[in-house]
Amino acid sequence: MSLLEIEKLSMKIGSLSLLKDIDLSIAPGEVLGLVGESGSGKSMTALAVMRLTPAHAQMKGRISFNGIDILGATEPQMCALRGDDIGMVFQEPMTALNPVKTIGEQVAEGIRWHTRASRREAEERARKILDRVGLPEQKFALSRYPHELSGGQRQRVAIAIACALKPKLLIADEPTTALDVVLQAQILDLLKELVDENRMSLLFISHDLAVVTEMADRITILRQGTVVESGDTARTLSEATHPYTRQLALASTHVPARVRPHVEEAGADNLLDVANVTRDYPGTRRSLFSRPEPVRAVDNVSLTMKPGASVALVGRSGCGKSTLARMILALDTPTSGAIKFRGLDIAGRSEAELRRPRRNMQVVFQDPYGSFDPRHTVERLVAEPLHLLERRPDRKERRDMVARALHEVGLGRSDMEKYPHEFSGGQRQRLSIARAIITRPKLVVADEPVSALDVSIRAQILDLFAELNQKLGVAYLFITHDLTVARAITDDVLVMHEGRIVERGKTSDVLSQPSTEAAQALVSAAPDLHRAIARRLQEQG
Amino acid sequence: MSSMAPGTPSTLGALAGRAFANRSFVIGLFITLVVAALALVSFFWTPFDVTRLIVADRMQPPSSAHWFGTDHFGRDVLSMIMIGSRNSIAVALVAVGIGMGIGVPLGCWAAARGGWIDEALMRFNDLIFAFPALLSAIMITAVFGPSAINAIIAIGIFNIPVFARVARAGALSIWPREYILAARAAGKGKARITIEHIIPNIANLLLVQGTIQFALGILAEAALSYVGLGTQPPMPSWGRMLFDAQTLMMVAPWLALFPGCAILLTVLGLNLLGDGISDIFDPRARRRP
Repeated sequence: MSLLEIEKLSMKIGSLSLLKDIDLSIAPGEVLGLVGESGSGKSMTALAVMRLTPAHAQMKGRISFNGIDILGATEPQMCALRGDDIGMVFQEPMTALNPVKTIGEQVAEGIRWHTRASRREAEERARKILDRVGLPEQKFALSRYPHELSGGQRQRVAIAIACALKPKLLIADEPTTALDVVLQAQILDLLKELVDENRMSLLFISHDLAVVTEMADRITILRQGTVVESGDTARTLSEATHPYTRQLALASTHVPARVRPHVEEAGADNLLDVANVTRDYPGTRRSLFSRPEPVRAVDNVSLTMKPGASVALVGRSGCGKSTLARMILALDTPTSGAIKFRGLDIAGRSEAELRRPRRNMQVVFQDPYGSFDPRHTVERLVAEPLHLLERRPDRKERRDMVARALHEVGLGRSDMEKYPHEFSGGQRQRLSIARAIITRPKLVVADEPVSALDVSIRAQILDLFAELNQKLGVAYLFITHDLTVARAITDDVLVMHEGRIVERGKTSDVLSQPSTEAAQALVSAAPDLHRAIARRLQEQG
Repeated sequence: MSSMAPGTPSTLGALAGRAFANRSFVIGLFITLVVAALALVSFFWTPFDVTRLIVADRMQPPSSAHWFGTDHFGRDVLSMIMIGSRNSIAVALVAVGIGMGIGVPLGCWAAARGGWIDEALMRFNDLIFAFPALLSAIMITAVFGPSAINAIIAIGIFNIPVFARVARAGALSIWPREYILAARAAGKGKARITIEHIIPNIANLLLVQGTIQFALGILAEAALSYVGLGTQPPMPSWGRMLFDAQTLMMVAPWLALFPGCAILLTVLGLNLLGDGISDIFDPRARRRP
């Protein structure tokens, strides 16, 4: 007898069909992985189970949870189910908690609502569950606010809220996508333990096959609102009989074919020289009279890059990678130390003096949704860096340059008139690369450029980076916490930990035999599809 | 998802097409044009002369001769509303203009610079806010004499901190976005980023605040006229008419009803127009039915 059973579930919003004949079931205590790319209907399926779908969505089919017909249930019945028998953990730990309530209140809230427990009882239970998810009261008082916690700790609070009443079914929608690999491993372990302890069922939604393989007993693969394949995780993925499954599995371990990168002869001048750079931020003031202790984000970092090189800067979130990148891009000034780009010291220069270096170094950001002004056309957005040129191109030249940049990233001339919201995530990331290469820079700093993308799109974008490296000889500084990316397209790697560079060397050497603790933690926590499948098959004998 | 959408050509024709497909824009434009036309016509013609007092006709309810009735001096209310619209609209519009013209740049500057400049500007704003508006209007008129122009200046000054605050709050929420960082990496200065990226993205907020301040401006002008510091009699203004009607509410309700409706319609029209304009220029809202 399964706990959750979905039969022939279809969903429509207006004339747009989101789900078509979805079938899936979860037995008590089972972990089901729901995999698919963005827009495949993973989250909609989960929301349908909670009946939290958009108001005008029309649903057909049957969802039965523990004998209750979900689609026929009244709203008060659903309210009683949500948070009590069905818990949910969302992707974004930054926005899933209410910033003006303490973590204790937020955990106790659900307990009080559903069990009519007294304030004190609820607090007692909240204390227990927070202790269980790794936030013991001695270190993390119930009176703390979400902003006083890190991303991983907030996700623990979200899990505590979802698990406080020992739900029969826990739905986790990409619970680790916003976290770095080390935190991801910790959160996954925690989820596994909680599921085992309470014999909970878990519906685990992710786009990352490696993560799902580690977590799920069974897997259901969705594509464009339909179930493509469904079955035992290890067998489904190792046999990969369905072409789409095979395509997904290949894409998630994709390594772009790179001919020997375009590194100029060893004697060439350094493209980038970072010498003993430190950046302090003012800390929070503890009392009115004492000076606040500064927080050191980047601590005495030195590095060099040759023209055409491809270097990865890896580290956990909050280790100072992005601060370092901003200083290299002259968007932030170091507290001490020097940054030289093509022999010119760029720290503390005026915008006018920075025109030349800026033309030769551009940036690609992580979030393809946030990095474009929604009110400008693609032509205007991609042309933005062109005003750095000595001679302002006229309108026709400008259009030609934009068209060429778009062509180089695989988009067409006709895309120029469109607005960013008309593109998918992968296409937007292409736009952002087009914007970065339009001035023919010598260095592109890419801050987690593929971590927000689906696996197949991500493989394409990695290919594009590799191709542009070869064709245009542009050097890359890749900032990432994802070692597969580092492995795929970089030659050298720098491992950063708490503001310092702790290890450096050839990517293949460092990632296969890390010598420092920080690097080892990253490597061992990184999910790996092949290893995960092998382990599952072994367990099953 | 939206990647299939056809490219939207941004020619003038397409813009006009979108504008006239937008219901709130069309209704708003219609109301605003009617009010503006009435104000214009009043320069050449009104049904009755409002400077002539005909005591025999006083306090007549709406009739076929006097559509909106007459007041306690026997003046035609419709004619007064037509003439009054000039003053009321001019005062409110120019005051909003002063507030936006000075307040928005100040707010954007404060948001862009941050630090002590931001702090100083905002504290100065607080100071203006805390100062009773009527008191300083009295001071201004005491020095320069009562007139509609001085009322405009007094009301305009009090619009500055309102717009500065709204602009600053909006700008602060836009500055940390990645596209601003991308623009900075493309070497654009703060002023240029403010003009190209910040202001278009906070225009919605400013338009909404603008229509609110416009309504408040009409009322403020009324209040100033009431204490004799704004429009001088015999020139009527909507605000004056409302205040004059106050004591006669029970006997001649039409005296309050019609100027009230005029204010309501004008503000409604401008609100709809503002909504419509911001929709038309927001590329994301275009595909909404």
